[in-house]
Amino acid sequence: MSIIPNWLYRLSSPKNFYRFAGTASVWCSWITLILVVVGLYYGLINSPPDYQQGDTTRIMYVHVPAAWMSMFVYMVMAGSAAVGMIWRIKASTAVANASAPVGAMFTALALLTGMLWGKPMWGTYWVWDARLTSELILLFLYLGYMALQSAIEDRETAARATAILALVGVVNIPIIHYSVEWWNTLHQGATVTKFDKPSIHISMLIPLLIMAVAFKFYYLSNVFQRARCELLEREKDKLWVRELLGEKNSE
Amino acid sequence: MNEASPGAAFISVLRRDLMLAYRHRAQILNPLLFFVIVVSLFPLGLDPEPELLHTIAPGVIWVAALLAAMLSLDNMFRSDFDDGSLEQLLLTPHPLPLLVLAKIVAHWLTSGLPLLVLAPVLGMLLNLGNESLFSLLATLALGTPVLSLIGSIGVALTVGLRGGGVLLSLLILPLFIPVLIFAANAVGNAGAGLDITGQLAFLGSLLALASALAPLATAAALRISLN
Repeated sequence: MSIIPNWLYRLSSPKNFYRFAGTASVWCSWITLILVVVGLYYGLINSPPDYQQGDTTRIMYVHVPAAWMSMFVYMVMAGSAAVGMIWRIKASTAVANASAPVGAMFTALALLTGMLWGKPMWGTYWVWDARLTSELILLFLYLGYMALQSAIEDRETAARATAILALVGVVNIPIIHYSVEWWNTLHQGATVTKFDKPSIHISMLIPLLIMAVAFKFYYLSNVFQRARCELLEREKDKLWVRELLGEKNSE
Repeated sequence: MNEASPGAAFISVLRRDLMLAYRHRAQILNPLLFFVIVVSLFPLGLDPEPELLHTIAPGVIWVAALLAAMLSLDNMFRSDFDDGSLEQLLLTPHPLPLLVLAKIVAHWLTSGLPLLVLAPVLGMLLNLGNESLFSLLATLALGTPVLSLIGSIGVALTVGLRGGGVLLSLLILPLFIPVLIFAANAVGNAGAGLDITGQLAFLGSLLALASALAPLATAAALRISLN
C-alpha cells in the first residue's frame, strides 16, 4: 500500500469519510456563501454591461460556471465510480452516486440559462448548435446513469453496473462531442451562435472566475452531504453507525 | 475431458445462436417489420412530396434502423438469462469477451444484415437516388455492427431487471448518436454529389473502437448482472 498515502487510505473507510465529509461540507458551504455573494456583487452590480449584449451578458456569470461544472462533475463521477469498483471503496462509490443528481442539475441549469440568454440574443430559445446539443446529450447520460442506479435494487450491484455505464460514457463523451460539432459545421454552418468573443475584459473575468470557484465549492458541500446520507443508509447495520446513533440518542 | 480451443468455442456459440434465431424466425421478422412500418409512416405524417422525402430519407431510415436495433437488442441475452444458459456461458474456461463477441456477431447477422437487404427498397420508396442507395448500404454495413456492439453493453447491464427495455433505450440511444450523425450525413452528402470518404472512415473507426472495447465492457457488465 505504499503508493496510496496513509491519510488517503484511512479516509477511504466509511466511518472516517463520514466524519471528514461532515466537517468539509460545513466549511465548503460557508466558502460557497461568501464567494457567491462576492461574485454576484461584482457580476451583477459592479461590472460593466457588454457593449453589444448589454445587461444580458450577466447571465454568463451563472451559465458558464454551470456548463464547466457539468463536464467536470461527470469526470469526477466516472473517476470515483471506477475507483469504487476497482478497489471496492464504499466512500468513493457514494461520492459517484451523490455526484449524478448534482451534475444533472448543473447541466440543466446551463441549458436553462443558455436558453434564457438565447432568446434576447439569438431571437430563439433553442438552436441545434453543437454545444447546446452535446450539453443536452450529457443531460441524457446523467439521467440514464440515475435511472440505472434506481432500477437495480441491490446497492453493490447497482454501484458496479453504474460504474461501467459511467466509464462507457467517458469514452463516448469526446466522440459525441466532436461528432456533434462536425455535424453542425457540415449541416448549417455556425451562423447565429458564432459571436466573435472579444478577449474577455478583466472586470468580467474576475467575477466569472469567482463564480466558477463558488460553484466548485457548492458542488463539494452538496456532494459531501449526499455521500454522508448514502453511507449512513448503506452501512446502517454496521457498528459505527449504531455507535453514532447511540451517541446522538444519549445526548 | 478434452478442452475445446477458444476459436471452437466462438464458433459453437455463434452456431447455437444462429440456430436458435432460425428456429424463432418471428423474433427476427418483427423488428424488420417494425423498421418498414416506421419508415412508411413518415411520408404519411409529413408530406409525400418527392423533394421533401429525398431530403429526410437518410435521417428517417437511420432513425428507424436505430429503433429496430433497440427492439431486437432486448432479445440478445434475455432468453439465455431466463433459462440459465447465460450462467453456463460465464462458467466456461474460455475468455468471456470472445464468447460475447460471438453472440454480438450472431445478433448482427440476424438483425443488422436483414436491414441491409430491406433498406434499398425503403430508399426507393423515399425517393433516394442511386448514389444515395449505395452510400446507404455502405453506412448500414459499417454502422449496424456498431449498434449491436454498443447495444450489447446496455443489454448486459439491464438483463436481470424488470422493465429493462425502456431503461435500455435511455442508456443506449445517446451513445448511438455519433453513428446516426455520420451515417445520415454520409447518405445526405452522397445525394448532393459530395465526397463521403470522411464519414465512412469515421464510421469504420467507430466500428474498430467498438469491436475492441465493447465485448470487454459487456463481459464485465454480464458478470455484474449475474453476480
